[in-house]
Amino acid sequence: MTVPAEVFPVLGDGGPSAVQQSRDDYRRRRNRRSTGVASLSTAVVLVVAVAGVALSPGWPRTRALFLDWGLAKDSLPSILSGLWLNVQVLLVSAVLIVVVGLLLAGLRTLRGPVWFPVRALAAAYTDFFRGMPLIILLYLVGFGVPGLQLQGVPTSEVVLGTLALVLTYSAYVSEVFRAGIESVHPSQRAAARSLGLTYGQTMRRVVLPQAVRRVLPPLLNDLVALQKDVGLISVLGAVDAVRSAQIASDAAFNYTPYLVAGLLFVALAVPTIRVADWFSLRAVRRQQASGAL
Amino acid sequence: MTPVLACEGVVKRFGTHTVLRSVDLVVGEHEVVTLIGASGSGKSSLLRCINLLETVDDGVIRLDGEDITDPRIDADGVRRRIGVVFQAYNLFPHMSVLDNVTLAPRLVGKLSKADAVERAMALLSRVGLADKAGEFPDRLSGGQQQRVAIVRALAGEPRLLLLDEVTSALDPELVGEVLGLIRELKEQGMTIVMATHEMSFARQAADRVVFLDAGVVCEEGPPSQVLGEPTEPRTRQFLARVLESGRL
Repeated sequence: MTVPAEVFPVLGDGGPSAVQQSRDDYRRRRNRRSTGVASLSTAVVLVVAVAGVALSPGWPRTRALFLDWGLAKDSLPSILSGLWLNVQVLLVSAVLIVVVGLLLAGLRTLRGPVWFPVRALAAAYTDFFRGMPLIILLYLVGFGVPGLQLQGVPTSEVVLGTLALVLTYSAYVSEVFRAGIESVHPSQRAAARSLGLTYGQTMRRVVLPQAVRRVLPPLLNDLVALQKDVGLISVLGAVDAVRSAQIASDAAFNYTPYLVAGLLFVALAVPTIRVADWFSLRAVRRQQASGAL
Repeated sequence: MTPVLACEGVVKRFGTHTVLRSVDLVVGEHEVVTLIGASGSGKSSLLRCINLLETVDDGVIRLDGEDITDPRIDADGVRRRIGVVFQAYNLFPHMSVLDNVTLAPRLVGKLSKADAVERAMALLSRVGLADKAGEFPDRLSGGQQQRVAIVRALAGEPRLLLLDEVTSALDPELVGEVLGLIRELKEQGMTIVMATHEMSFARQAADRVVFLDAGVVCEEGPPSQVLGEPTEPRTRQFLARVLESGRL
């Protein structure tokens, strides 16, 4: 069968064929329409939301209580210095969480009946600390541990708050690592062991590097969650951003400092979220190099 | 002289399924033995048992006379003396070709980085892949990946090389380059046990052909005899089926 020349002219000869031109035209028209509909609906929703809030009967009072510009400026320095404490706790706990999480994941993936007690203990740890609400754990660790009055045991609310965060988050992170380890195909272990590598060498050089690459996006997601949960150490009395906001708020009978602290946490999280998105996108691109869907 | 490899009455079960019933196999120095047989006949299982990737359920396997099925043996040390190449190459995707080849010599053979690299580059040049040393495996063709996998197995200077259907995943035009390399290894005196479906290669290059059927060695001998004038009816049946599929 010959293709009519007017439908499918010789390729590479003066631009796209008639078929391709009509397809391109159709796609352009459809894209313009979609963009128009999306912009319009976004604008409508925004107008309705803003109008709904601004026209509500309690708006003047709410604005005075939550959006006091002068108070926001006055409380900012103390909240910022509190936030520095949050950042320090975040950095220390993030490192400890990765170390403990990796260790737990390693223990849970040990093979053979000899390791059953170790596997069971590690499993019990992850079950317990994933199930325990963080705020309750903070109370238990923060008030229970100093209550024992043991010598040499830290009583600083910052240290104990960090400990509680590490206990909870390492349980989550270890499951992420474990999923990564188990996603590496067994043939990779077989190849490494065949070369004479020991179990430990195989894990460190062959399995973990592949596993960590795969679970980086979910790990960064957990980091985003941790970034705001560091604010919970304020319940122990640590003077962090949340606690500073509370102090300023109580002094002025006004909620604006909380909003300031909240926005600062958001600003802190945005870079991490962007990096996490970028890693996820890269992982998707690598797996699906092409395709229309 | 002690044979390099001796399997005596090897049994392997997976659950209730007995894959190897009682396999006897002796491989002498510089000998190239090909294992043939239908899928599920136990070829791969036997190779995995020899390399201690599987634990045998009965029988003895000796490497240079030493019982390697003894549970007190240093299994990592035994695996170090045996090179294995898999059907699916199993290269490490997160390492360059050079790192794939030098990993075991550096970690296990305690070679310095410079020595390991020098040896790896010599081997890679021999198989015509020196220019690919910096590439990652996914940038190579199947035939190139399989040649790298063979080089990786050779880098540990093994006593015995096990090849598990190393050409089965390759496009027909790439099979030749891998078989050519194996033929070269034979000429250099490497002792090889090779599970394969390449009957013509078995006929030309093997010293001995072993036909595995239902977990036992059904027939063995020189290729001309086993492939040319098989005495066992099961061997004839198998070869007739292979002939039908156009592989002979």
